[in-house]
Amino acid sequence: MTLLEIEDLVVRYPGRGGARGRTFTAVDGVSLDVRPHETVGLVGESGSGKTTIGRAVLGLAPVTSGRIRYDGREIHALARAGRRELSSRIQVVFQDPYTSLNPAMTVEEILVEPLRAAGWSRGAARDRVVDLLEQVALPRGAADRYAREFSGGQRQRVAIARALALEPELVVCDEPLSALDLSTQDRVLQLLIDIQERTGVAYLFVSHDIALVRQISHRVAVLQQGRLVEFGSCAQVTTTPAHTFTADLLLASPVADPARQRERRAQRQARRDRVTSPTSPITVSHTPDPGRVP
Amino acid sequence: MSAEVVTATPDLTTRPSTLRIILRNPLSRTGVVLLGLVLIALVAAVVIDWVAPDAAWKADLYQLNAAPGTDGHLLGTDSGGRDVLVRLVVATRATMFAGVIALVVAVLLGVPGGLISGYYGGKVDLVLDWLSSLAMSLPSIVVLLAIISSLGTSMWISMTTLGCMMAPAVFRLLRAQVHAVRNELYVDAARVAGLSDARIISRHVLRVVRGPLVLMISVLSGVAITVQTGLDFLGLGDSTTITWGGMLSEGFAAMTLNRVLFIWPGLAMALTVAAFFLVASGARDALQGIDGGSTTAPPAPERIRLTKVPTSQSSATPAEDEVLAVRGLVIGYPSGDGLVEVVHGADLTLRKGRTLGLVGESGSGKSQTAFAVLHLLPRQARLSGGEIWLDGTDLLALPRRERERRVRSAIAYVPQEPMSNLDPTFTIGYQLTEPLRARGVGRKAARERATALLTRTGIRDPERVMASYPHQISGGMAQRVLIAGALSTDPHVLIADEPTTALDVTVQAEILDLLRGLQAEFGMSILLVSHDLGVIADLCDDVAVMREGQVVEAATAENFFAHPRHEYSRMLLAAVPAEHEVRAEYVADRSVRQDAAPREKHS
Amino acid sequence: MVRLLFRRAVAALVLMIAVAVAGFVITGLGNSDPGRSILGPQATAAQVEAENHRLGLDRSQVEQFTDWAGGVVRGDLGRSYLGDRPVTEKITNYLPVTMSLVALSMVVIAVLSLVLAVASVSGRAWVDRCVQLLAVIGHVLPGYLLALLLLLLFAVQFQLFPVFGYTPIGESPAQWLRGLALPVIALALGSVAGAALQARGALMDVLEADYVRTLRSRGIGGRSVLFRHALRNASPAWLTSLSLGFVALLAGAFMVEKVFALPGLGTLSVEATSSGDRPVLMGVVVLTGGLVVVVNLLVDLLQMWLIPKARTA
Repeated sequence: MTLLEIEDLVVRYPGRGGARGRTFTAVDGVSLDVRPHETVGLVGESGSGKTTIGRAVLGLAPVTSGRIRYDGREIHALARAGRRELSSRIQVVFQDPYTSLNPAMTVEEILVEPLRAAGWSRGAARDRVVDLLEQVALPRGAADRYAREFSGGQRQRVAIARALALEPELVVCDEPLSALDLSTQDRVLQLLIDIQERTGVAYLFVSHDIALVRQISHRVAVLQQGRLVEFGSCAQVTTTPAHTFTADLLLASPVADPARQRERRAQRQARRDRVTSPTSPITVSHTPDPGRVP
Repeated sequence: MSAEVVTATPDLTTRPSTLRIILRNPLSRTGVVLLGLVLIALVAAVVIDWVAPDAAWKADLYQLNAAPGTDGHLLGTDSGGRDVLVRLVVATRATMFAGVIALVVAVLLGVPGGLISGYYGGKVDLVLDWLSSLAMSLPSIVVLLAIISSLGTSMWISMTTLGCMMAPAVFRLLRAQVHAVRNELYVDAARVAGLSDARIISRHVLRVVRGPLVLMISVLSGVAITVQTGLDFLGLGDSTTITWGGMLSEGFAAMTLNRVLFIWPGLAMALTVAAFFLVASGARDALQGIDGGSTTAPPAPERIRLTKVPTSQSSATPAEDEVLAVRGLVIGYPSGDGLVEVVHGADLTLRKGRTLGLVGESGSGKSQTAFAVLHLLPRQARLSGGEIWLDGTDLLALPRRERERRVRSAIAYVPQEPMSNLDPTFTIGYQLTEPLRARGVGRKAARERATALLTRTGIRDPERVMASYPHQISGGMAQRVLIAGALSTDPHVLIADEPTTALDVTVQAEILDLLRGLQAEFGMSILLVSHDLGVIADLCDDVAVMREGQVVEAATAENFFAHPRHEYSRMLLAAVPAEHEVRAEYVADRSVRQDAAPREKHS
Repeated sequence: MVRLLFRRAVAALVLMIAVAVAGFVITGLGNSDPGRSILGPQATAAQVEAENHRLGLDRSQVEQFTDWAGGVVRGDLGRSYLGDRPVTEKITNYLPVTMSLVALSMVVIAVLSLVLAVASVSGRAWVDRCVQLLAVIGHVLPGYLLALLLLLLFAVQFQLFPVFGYTPIGESPAQWLRGLALPVIALALGSVAGAALQARGALMDVLEADYVRTLRSRGIGGRSVLFRHALRNASPAWLTSLSLGFVALLAGAFMVEKVFALPGLGTLSVEATSSGDRPVLMGVVVLTGGLVVVVNLLVDLLQMWLIPKARTA
């Protein structure tokens, strides 16, 4: 059973030089799926198309070809009205909590907005706000404050609360942690996991940071320049990657341990020297993997 | 955690009314008073028209060009012996009316056009934009003359035309503003939240647009009044109505007989225009005060604390191998009636040939400390205490010029964001050779050195890169260029402020390798500012942890990662994602836990 | 790059054509009767008809337009209804005055606004206040009012400048300049502050840019940073305000000319407006519109030269 199915998705943007300019292919034939209650991590570097895939699912990026099915229904060519019906089922948390919340609105106004648009009464919407603030561990008093009065981590909690307002089945998280400090990052990540355990929401978790993706994802998709290079279970992709690019990504992302870093540098050096024999097996770690579920 | 405590400045929660904010500013108060005068004149004009319709035409033939104050004529009489004040008051009505027509037309055309163009873009935008540039290519006065010649001098026609000519200004303003808002993430979020376009425009777009629009309308009302007056002054107005322009024209014609006659209508017009402008400026500021200026600005420093300048513990000269030593550094910024301190007595020691990692979260003061050492703090910053020892000399004890000279010859800087740190208008080659040329190196020698440095930083075709502009190269390459630029001044200390944060991890690894290689080759000492403990672990020999403007722990890298002493350091290390921790396996038929939030729908 | 230049040129040409069409349409909106206004009320209906036929006014609008537009392309703007002189000749007689006025004002605005902007970012607070005051004055006192005040003060009261009159630059450059001094001040003063504020704002932004800090870290002095790097990067905002200022200057010049009795385009057009001389007005529309299009194109080119990234847009 799948919730979201992306099939051979292509997203092209017209080039900068007007209609005759070259087109830019952001996503090039990507297929993947998300099951209910599942987190699928989407990893890649800048320009890999990971954010564009998330935006295409949300209807914010043009789908050039391919299909996006949600709950068995095709949604990639929906008009605005049809799209609006989906708002209670698919939601979003954006990267930058500074620009994703209107600075001129109070937290309550921000949280009430999607509820009112979905036809909730004013009173019911207000009650729901109290509920939502509790879910993201913000104090009740936060409702009357402006978003701009909060720190990055708190703003991101508000953004998460807004995404949860209509009790969606899928939330697209577009780099939701990359604008946050390390300690805040960890807490917000834990919050996202807790919410998933509690409500059973599914996440499409877009990030450049494979270390974070590993913590929250059940399955991981690796993208390179618009193409999907690898898609598999989190444990498989992040410990015994099938593709060299995934291995590069894993080895390049530094760990907070000088001794391990020295080892990994040596490994990277060795791989560079061995570039002539690409068929040699790739293993990222010599140490046994303690976190892997048997 | 302190970072998670809700912090707020209290005056933001109590919102005074817009009018009260306007009245707080003395200039806007003046504007309100002037506007009141204009309104009184307007009412008076209507009353005069009703009570004594021919008062403005009544000529006192014994009192031609009377001086102000003569015989009950407060502002004197004109060359026809008519009372200037009465005429001035009566003229208010026609002039205001003219302004209103032009303004209404401009707003009716410009606002919807700008909203549609900015929000939807596409073909409509192309057409409207082209029409507006057509209208802007025609001087409005020429069009007005052409219209008047073909359709006559009716004020309705000329002011409608003027409104059409002013509409592009409104259109352009709105289009640009709406376009900017359109690309804000919060508008995307509103779309995903299921809001209709009409609702998005009214709730999100108009709020941002209204401040600038108010100001624009006031400016245009000034323009409308001055153009209308100007037309009458040229003798192309509606000769049957009394206007300030007509009076100005009469005053000008009679200048040799009555020098001050033209002053009165001129003054009336100037004060009216000023009134609109001052009130609108106040209103704009008030609206912005409510809306909050920029949407992207990070919150103000959360903790405001004023500490006494700590007396430096040890003012002894640093040891021989301590290339750079910071002692008790205090940095503050003036704010309101005091100084907001961002660094309170930081201590750092960088030893010869080693790499010191300065770790901290945002707002910890790590970058401020680095910029203080680099003598690159913003102008407003106050270095109110401490010492910065470079090669055995306290820089802060030196005169400014000498300090600058020493810092520039010894320390180089590698910035965080590669793209924004290259001047977009000059070639890479120019930017690399400029510092060398400023130090007296010849053109050819400078080019050769720059090429060599680019090659050393791993750029394969340095000649092509030298000839490129910044927007033509990738971020990773730009960072190599910046490192080459830092090396060009032969520094023995390198300060790198988050040098890899903006880069992809694979590029980051290469840049870190490059820095490591360069250090080994040139024997530099490196101060690496970073929030990323992985990067610190990769490159650093020593670590200093900063928190809230103070260094809370300094240790060797081995010790720091293996046995962090300070509670904050331990918390930071605990937050790092564990290398092998993965999410528990996905269970397909897992049911939602019982204690989950209720899912019944309210309505 | 070449293609971009070509595109800009084509766009400018299309705009010129549109300006010409607009000029033809707006001067012909009313149902005026040029034959009657030329011959006066005494003429018989037949005479008026014959006159209108001679002027070609009994033909269809399309025919009249193609005829006129064909002339415009060849540099022939038709003949004036008054005195039957070629419009081109009339305009060439009046144009130098307006062009002198506008060109001098542009130079004054460009130089002064740049000096003020640089002085104000160099940390001179009083310059800042002056610019702000000047901006309010410029907005509140339109050129013609300022012109009247200057006329009263310097020409009538103190008699420091000639009250009226224009000397062609060919005859005596000094007299030319003296005669234009007051009109130019009146015309330029209001726009100086606007351009200066634009330049100042852009300079402030650029001086806070990351690359300025990096330049300073390499030992590039404040002067080089300001004049070599910051001014160039700040130039687009300033140039745009200048090109918008040009249109405003043309309009302002018409009224300032009247105050100082200068025989310029304004005088010509007001005359033509009062007498319903359509060919002259059409000529003025085409000429001024064309000038604006050309100035905008030049500003575009200048920007492309100064800002390399603009070449790819």
